[in-house]
Order: sequence, then C-alpha cells, then structure tokens
Amino acid sequence: MDWEIVVGLETHTQLLTESKIFSGASTAFGAEPNTQASAVDLALPGVLPVLNAKAVEFAVRLGLAIGATISPRSVFARKNYFYPDLPKGYQISQYELPVVQHGTLKIAVEGGEKTVRILRAHLEEDAGKSLHEDFKGLSGIDLNRAGTPLLEIVTEPDLRGAKEAVAYAKALHSLVRWIGICDGNMQEGSFRCDANVSVRRPGAPLGTRCEIKNLNSFRFMEQAIEYEARRQVELIEDGGTVVQETRLYDPDRNETRSMRSKEDAQDYRYFPDPDLLPLVINEAEIERIRALLPELPQAKRERFARDYGLAAYDAAQLTASRESADFFEDLVRASRAEPKTCANWQTGEFAAALNRDGLEVGHSPVGAEALGALLRRIADGTISGKIAKEVFEAMWRREAEGPGAADAIIEARGLEQISDTGAIEKMVDEVLAANARQVEDYRAGKEKAFNSLVGQVMKAAKGKANPGQVNAILKKKLGG
Amino acid sequence: MSLDLEQIRRIARLARIAVSDAEAADTAASLSGVLGLIGEMQAVDTTGIEPMAHALDAQVSSAQRLREDKAVEPDRRTAYQASAPAVQDGLYLVPRVVE
Repeated sequence: MDWEIVVGLETHTQLLTESKIFSGASTAFGAEPNTQASAVDLALPGVLPVLNAKAVEFAVRLGLAIGATISPRSVFARKNYFYPDLPKGYQISQYELPVVQHGTLKIAVEGGEKTVRILRAHLEEDAGKSLHEDFKGLSGIDLNRAGTPLLEIVTEPDLRGAKEAVAYAKALHSLVRWIGICDGNMQEGSFRCDANVSVRRPGAPLGTRCEIKNLNSFRFMEQAIEYEARRQVELIEDGGTVVQETRLYDPDRNETRSMRSKEDAQDYRYFPDPDLLPLVINEAEIERIRALLPELPQAKRERFARDYGLAAYDAAQLTASRESADFFEDLVRASRAEPKTCANWQTGEFAAALNRDGLEVGHSPVGAEALGALLRRIADGTISGKIAKEVFEAMWRREAEGPGAADAIIEARGLEQISDTGAIEKMVDEVLAANARQVEDYRAGKEKAFNSLVGQVMKAAKGKANPGQVNAILKKKLGG
Repeated sequence: MSLDLEQIRRIARLARIAVSDAEAADTAASLSGVLGLIGEMQAVDTTGIEPMAHALDAQVSSAQRLREDKAVEPDRRTAYQASAPAVQDGLYLVPRVVE
C-alpha cells in the first residue's frame, strides 16, 4: 500500500526595510560585527521597542496578495527562550492574534493547479548570529541581525510530497519579490523555510510530524523532505513510531538528524508583550496599501494567456518574475511582432543566453527595445530567423548596443538578406548547373534532393538568401 | 491549585534559575500562592467581556504608534562593548554554546 507524504511549510521572509522592526538601526547586510546593533537590539536596561510602519505595510501587502484577512487588531507577544544571540531572553513575535490570517496561494502541480491554504503570517524580529569557531572555546556573538523584521508565513498541511512543497516555496519566493517586500536572497538568509513532514496511509488521520529547520535552498528542501519521509516510512514499517521533534538537514550526508530531544521540548511561555500596544490597522490604511499593489502574478498570467493568445505554459514562464513579464510587454510593443513570436524568442534564445551567463532579466546586455528592433528586421524580411540568431549573439557580446544595435550589426557584417529575385535566380541557375545528379534525383521523385539543392543555394548565398524566395524559384525552375 | 516539586524543577530549568532541593518546597508554596490569586480572578464571571491584550486596551485611543522606516542609529559599538566582559574582533564573547 502507498504512503502519502504530508508537508506544511513555515517560511521566514526578511522584510526589505531600511531599519529594524523595533529600532532605528540599519538592516544592511554585511556590515562589521555589532556596528548595527543599537541599545534596543542589545536589550540594554530601560529601552523600549517602537514598531516600524514599513514592516506593517509589507505584512499587509502580503496579506492582500494572498487574499487573506488583515486583522484590524493584532497583538505582539513574547516568545521566551534562552540563547546568547537573543539578548532580551525573548523574541518579540505574534502568537494568538497575527496580523494576517487565512489566505491562499495557487501553485502549478502535475496536471493543473492547486490552492494551498495559508493559515497565518505574523511579524517578528530576527535573532543575532552565533559563531562557534576560533574563539578559544568561547562563542562569538554578532547582533547586527538581531531585530531585523521577519514575516513568518505558515501554510496548512496541504502539500503532498517534496515536489509540491518546492513548487509552493518557489511560488511564494516569486510573490514576495514581486510585491517588493523581500529580496528573496536565500544565500544571505532572506528567505528560509522550515518543513513539517509526516506520512500516512491515504485517507488516514495526519501522522506525527517532524520539523526540519532552516532549509535555505529549493534543492535541499526537496532532498530533505524526501529523506525525512523515507525515514519515517521505514521506521513505521519496522514497527516503530515517529517521535515529534525538530530535525536538522545535513546536505553533505543527505540525511536529517535530531536537533532537540523530547525531554528538552520547548515551552516558550508566550504572553502579550506589555511594551507594545495592540497593532490597529484600519480599513482606509488597507485600501491605501491595496491601491499601491502591482498586478499580481496570477492575474498577469491569466491576462497574458487571454490577451496575447499564449499557451498556459508560455504565460507561466513569462510571468515567473515581474521583470520578465515587463520585458515581454516591452518586447511586444517594441517589435510590433506577433506575441507568440516574442514569447518564443524570450523563452528561447534570450532565456538560454541569460541562463548560460547566470544573469537576471534586469541585467541582460540586450534590452527589450533592442531585441524588439531585431524582431522587426525578421518581420520586414531584412534578415532570416536563422541570421537573426547570429545577430542576437553579436548583440549579446555587445558588438553594438542600444535600440539600433541590430541594424548596426546587420550592416557591419553585411548580413542583409538577399531578396533580389534576379540575384537569387542567378545563384539557383549556377547550383542547378553544378548539381545535375540531384536535379535528376529530384525529377525521379526523391524529395530529399530538393532540400539538398536548397542547402546548396543557401550556402552559395552565405545564408543570406530569402529562404521563401529560394524555395519558390527552385520549384519553378525544376518544374519547368 | 498547587505546584508539585517536579513542576517547580521544570519551571526553574526553563527560566535558567538554580533552585536547590531545599528551596524548592518554599518556591512551590509561594508560586502556588500566586496561582491561588489567579484562581480567584478566574472565578470572576467575564462572559461577554472582550479580553484585553494590554492594560491600556481599556482606553479608546490605545493603538500602537508607528515609527517611520529610517536608519538613524549611529554606530556606538565601542561604547557598548566597553562594558562587555569579553570581546574579540567586534564580537561579544560568551561561554560556548552548541546545539
């Protein structure tokens, strides 16, 4: 009998604010240790937290983007635990009344779409960093990150298997960047996931779950969930039971291992933080933020498919990021070409070149205007699609830049297509004279011989002859 | 409601407070007294009353004031670290912690 893998994800997204959630210290990444740790972040006696308006706005933005309820009144709570990178002895978080409740996110799964329920998203502060090496048996503490605003986004256990979990994580990753609340940089820890994993027989109640902490890449997430599910299945099939615990994934050995034993099970003793009043967000404020939201990925995907007549797959590819979607619309405008042609170029040559050089759309050496100008030269017959690929590569290498790049390269390299009927006829005549055997083969009914003759003409024209005209003229002469 | 010694040891461990066996009985008695007070409060009928998250919740205008998102704090590491027991390379040093 089969096992079903059940996953719920908790994602910590670092909010793109300039200052911390409760202090005026900078959140810039990579500063010298402790130079961005203020008296509030250090929990010096007598300090009080003051909430950052931008962090609240970003939380509301996410809430609106996932169609959630924005709590008119939410409450900050203290989560108590002891660790040297948490100077207060508690983390300010939200517990019973989070700012965002009950949203959904649609993800692409095999054979269609799936709606993932998001239980809640709450504001909280990050902890500092502990460094365990090189300090003569002591640990070093850097509190620059302490107090950085986080939005923790928690799903219901709606995901089935590692692939779905990754699809959700990628969709959320795309969304938080899309609405500009998080840079999504996983190496720097701006987007970190914890996965709650359990297994059950289909239709049975939920099994006991284990939480895998700090998955900071999509690849590790997939491997960790697969390993953990296999571990639980083997345990149960061998007659054992799963113990609820926190586990850590070790990518080097591709396994998860226990982090905290049951005996030390955490009891965070949450209570409302008396230093902070309830956060009140009124309807007018929510509407102000809603008006600032960009068109969301889902809506854009649907509009691309509808208005540009694109296949669902193409529409999804093009709207993978806001930059990509904007590029496409600029390209359609600049090229005046069929949207389908633009989509083929953007997801084909253009995407391949970006991929090859590890670049994002925004850093492409070829802009939408320049690519659009190139596509116009295909449409007006100046060059063939094949030559256009050569021109594109030259543009990518910056042989010429700006909107006039394609024309400059076509001219400099003499790539303009030969559409002069007289010139093409002359070349065709020469090829027919020199290839009497293929001509006989063709007349004897060998279709292949025709392609070979087209190839010869194109070769004589150095690839620049208009392929349609070559075909037509050849057919006419061979038929006559 | 009263707390037994096992509960006292657990609370002490969570709070990182060393409570000797000799002190545990006294601590149990005084904490149980606090719980007794809470018990009295919980006996009050609060049906239909909205729970408060803060003492100032009773005031109509009570809502969290917000700060503009501006990085305004200067780097005062030298001053802050002057009173730290041990520092190295800008880091605060603490007894080794490993999960």
